[in-house]
Amino acid sequence: MPNRTGNLPITPITRKLPVICSILTLVFILSILTALANGPSPISIGEIFSLVSGGDSTNSTAGTILWKIRLPRIILAAVVGATLSLGGMVFQALLRNPLAEPYILGISGGSAVGAISGILLGLSFFPGVTLFSFLGSMLTLGAVLILSGGRSSTGKNSLLLGGVMMNAFCGAFIMFLISISQGSKVQEIIYWLMGNLSMASSSNLSLLLLCLPCFIVILLLARPLNIMLTGREAAIAMGINVRLISMILLITTSMMVSLVVCQSGLIGFVGLLIPHLFRMFFGADHRLLGPSCILGGGSFLVLCDLFARTMPKHGEIPVGVITALIGAPLFIFLLWRSRR
Amino acid sequence: MIALALQDNSLSYNGNKVVDTVSFAAEAGEFFMILGPNGAGKSSLLKLIAGIEKPQSGQIDILGRPKTKYSAGDLAKVVALVAQQAPIDFPFSVAETVLMGRSPHLGLLGIEGEKDYALAAEAMSFTGVEQFADRRLDQLSGGERQRVMIARAICQEPKIILLDEPTNALDPAHQLKIMDLMERFRQEKKTTVIMVSHDLNLAALYSDRLLLMKNGRVVVIGTPAEVFIPEFIEKSYECELLIDENPVGKVPRVMVIPEKFR
Repeated sequence: MPNRTGNLPITPITRKLPVICSILTLVFILSILTALANGPSPISIGEIFSLVSGGDSTNSTAGTILWKIRLPRIILAAVVGATLSLGGMVFQALLRNPLAEPYILGISGGSAVGAISGILLGLSFFPGVTLFSFLGSMLTLGAVLILSGGRSSTGKNSLLLGGVMMNAFCGAFIMFLISISQGSKVQEIIYWLMGNLSMASSSNLSLLLLCLPCFIVILLLARPLNIMLTGREAAIAMGINVRLISMILLITTSMMVSLVVCQSGLIGFVGLLIPHLFRMFFGADHRLLGPSCILGGGSFLVLCDLFARTMPKHGEIPVGVITALIGAPLFIFLLWRSRR
Repeated sequence: MIALALQDNSLSYNGNKVVDTVSFAAEAGEFFMILGPNGAGKSSLLKLIAGIEKPQSGQIDILGRPKTKYSAGDLAKVVALVAQQAPIDFPFSVAETVLMGRSPHLGLLGIEGEKDYALAAEAMSFTGVEQFADRRLDQLSGGERQRVMIARAICQEPKIILLDEPTNALDPAHQLKIMDLMERFRQEKKTTVIMVSHDLNLAALYSDRLLLMKNGRVVVIGTPAEVFIPEFIEKSYECELLIDENPVGKVPRVMVIPEKFR
């Protein structure tokens, strides 16, 4: 086969993308199958296939566990993992800071304040808590953008500083809300803050479909994002509307992050670790990094959640604890390796 | 043929005029350099041409057509900018960076074709960075990185190439490489080179014509022999300078006079 790239030592994206996506899709499917099969009452792979291929699906106990309990939870884990990873990737690129993630900008915090307010007001999960969570994140984003000031709203440090300020404010506000709440609500909030996926139910999952258009928008803007990373002025001179694209990316990402945060609580390190890991292996091309983050982030959280619910003999650990326990040391190792 | 013409362009930041009724025209294939002390408005003038800033008044014609008639994408097909510094926080490889130059010419999905790879390879061999092709930008020296950014601009196939102090902070060998490169490029491709510089002697050696600025205004436009006379140069830079003839190329040569030798 003739080398399409002539004497340029570069693998074309059209060849690299299908290979990497196929491998990551395989990993994704294997993670889901493993997560489906394991739990307090194991289901064999053969049983899963016969249930999926339309055997006596909902009547048997295994069927009920598979369709009503495990699958919704796994779908939630996959979408949350994919969204947080992709969101982390976008924020890291926009802030030109490999350590940024939705949490740093205060988006997660704002979303949490909204959701906790909803819980305290005794609202139903949908639309009440979800809507409050979304409003919380959008208000935070608005405040961060105003704090960082009009013209330079996409500047690296001003956004980061605005995010830090809003995060401090949200943190204090969450503490305030906890201190004035009573009884079982406190435990509910704290458990939610630690991040957990046990709230998954098939009725809430349809809401996650809204993440899909957000994914598509971000993937379509991957190429301009690449160029923006090589300098703002150079990007404008290359015909890219830097302000518009930054705005679209910020709003789209905040929207999808708030959608998942209100369903899963605060799960850290996924948005930091997954993009960082793939950037080390595949380089900085966001056309490749975007799909990798979706598939890889999804697989990662599905497996973390599997640990969270199968490791302890009784009950389960919040998945946020698992991601932090795996994420923090791995992140330190990656940093150490990249500095060598 | 006139490639670039500016008519009475002005630009202010917060009421501060940084470019003040500047007019000039550059021919196709001309090596045109913009000189002036710090804060004279050189980089701002370049930003006006590149479309990064919009002039408050005045008109810019590019290849005989008003700039306002170009879409951002169309403008990028004819004008390329090599900015002062490229950020290197994200590990793009040299080949990936150069290939980005094809961006204005690609379709909606931005997938590069055979021609794009060939042009990137050509630009890299032209600028002598092909041996670093798979290295990351942050693994290169300042001079090598600057050549990569020039390769990217060349890959854009512009008719006008704008460079903002490309030889800044480089040693003489790298300065020479970059200046020779631009000279060869404009001769071979008949591309207009507009370069902002602080180096008076390089400007005298390489430019066809010069624009000398001060406080946002044009002091003088002309050939090196016309511009490098004490009246203009000393007025602009506000210091005593010695101007004689450079044995190389018989062009003007400028030297500073240290206090201890006055």
